[in-house]
Amino acid sequence: MSANIYKHEFRTRLRSVVIWSGSIAFLVIFYFSMFPVFADQAALINQMMARFPQAMREAFGLGRVDLATVLGFYSFIFLFIQLCLAIQAGNYGFGLVSVEESELTADFLLSKPVSRTQVLISKLLAALTSLIITNLVVWVSSFVAISLFREQRQYEPRTLLLLLLSIVIFQLFFLSVGLVVSLLVKRVRSVTPYSLGLGFGSYVLSAFSGMLGDVKLELITPFKHLDAAYIVQHGAFDTPLVLLNIAVTLVSLAASYWLYLRRDIPAIS
Amino acid sequence: MSVIEVNHLTKYYGKARGIIDVSFSEEEGEIFGFIGPNGAGKSTTIRLLLSLIYPTSGSAKVFGQDVVAHGPEIRRDIGYLPSEVYYYEGMKVVDLLKYSASFYDRDCTQRMHELSELMELEMNRRISDLSYGNKKKVGIVQGLLHSPKLLFLDEPTAGLDPLMQRKFFNLIREENKRGVTVFFSSHILGEVQRLCTRVGIIREGRIVEISNIRTLQQNNYKKVRVTADGLNPAAFDLPGVTNLEAENSTVHFFFKGDINAVLQRMHGVQVTDVTIEEPTLEEIFMHYYE
Repeated sequence: MSANIYKHEFRTRLRSVVIWSGSIAFLVIFYFSMFPVFADQAALINQMMARFPQAMREAFGLGRVDLATVLGFYSFIFLFIQLCLAIQAGNYGFGLVSVEESELTADFLLSKPVSRTQVLISKLLAALTSLIITNLVVWVSSFVAISLFREQRQYEPRTLLLLLLSIVIFQLFFLSVGLVVSLLVKRVRSVTPYSLGLGFGSYVLSAFSGMLGDVKLELITPFKHLDAAYIVQHGAFDTPLVLLNIAVTLVSLAASYWLYLRRDIPAIS
Repeated sequence: MSVIEVNHLTKYYGKARGIIDVSFSEEEGEIFGFIGPNGAGKSTTIRLLLSLIYPTSGSAKVFGQDVVAHGPEIRRDIGYLPSEVYYYEGMKVVDLLKYSASFYDRDCTQRMHELSELMELEMNRRISDLSYGNKKKVGIVQGLLHSPKLLFLDEPTAGLDPLMQRKFFNLIREENKRGVTVFFSSHILGEVQRLCTRVGIIREGRIVEISNIRTLQQNNYKKVRVTADGLNPAAFDLPGVTNLEAENSTVHFFFKGDINAVLQRMHGVQVTDVTIEEPTLEEIFMHYYE
């Protein structure tokens, strides 16, 4: 790894990290501030929920959790946190090396005395650092939100820890899948459509799998692999699905490495 | 010692032709001109030598080491000025140059400031605010600040005003005097003629000629022009004559071979004017492309 590339990469992404982290922290605290109302009116809310169509409750993961409990409510918010994290990590993944090509700076970087391996590892570590910062912000804002608004209601800290630990696995999935897709297509002109597509796409797949009760779709979407409602219900990960998720991440990383080392950098024209 | 050795290098982009079976070598301290029209494969060759792309077949060595296997080590002593310059838009010039310098294990600060001063580069402006010509200057400083032993210049003068071009050529000559080997790709023949000692001509991906500029000019073709009343152009239709053209009482053509054959034809003709001169590189070049 070369420190100068790492530093450069980290700096260019700093603004984006601050904006994402700030927005997610705001989202966590703002939504969780409504928890006391939900908890106080538990009976009423559950009545109202019962009136929603079954499919819709399934889509939002509401069928299986009790919104009147701390973690039940938190797992509902967690879905939106995941969606943001997926888009952010997807952005970094899709853009990791393709940005050099779309902004035509790849010639500059790769004519320097560094190997492709060094470039890729430095870039990955810089992106990972950025994601970990956002991750930490989610941890802190979640603890703050829960301790501010739980009003003496009890929760299982171990389960919360599991939820928060799932974030890094989730982020790595989107980072590495984004990276491998960006290396498989000929040219990524703009990163956002890809990361929105991947993020929302896998969310919708997970929502549909809830609606249709179709087991097969669960296999490919990380929103199911690391389903907050499941973790809260069982107090544990769905181990086979989590292992599958990690396997996809590792395969994507290995494939990205293989592809990048052999990649012809497109000429400017 | 050969600084660049290219052996039967071939590159296809899928089915599209890059270069085919290109072989040449460049000695230390040379300025080698690489000329050909757009799309002939000049940039492809340079990008292969920098391992920005990988060969389909054949091999190339720089400083005696294979470019694919030893890319990073080789690039320590290479400076590269691409034909189109693009840098991280949000950065300031000085930060970009420092970033560039940070890749080399030597202190480049002094050379960086010398070069920026020489090229009249404003260090505190943002890259995104620079004009094309100014970006090109950033490219020049960036390519030279680590005092490379081998310079790749890919159509370097586009976008520079004539004054800057002259400064740039003087800079390249100075570097060359210090022993720097230069690989100069261009389609502007005048500048190749001014700077280079040897040239390679590439056409549709293949090398068509490699020779000294001098021999290319001297041994190959003479440009002959004869003015006389009542001249019959057909009289000069000899073996070795090309591009024979007549207008009014003037005949001009290129000739390759023993010049006495032409002189014999003129014998006995009352000529008003005769010139026999070396063609410009431009004219030789056009000849290769017809």
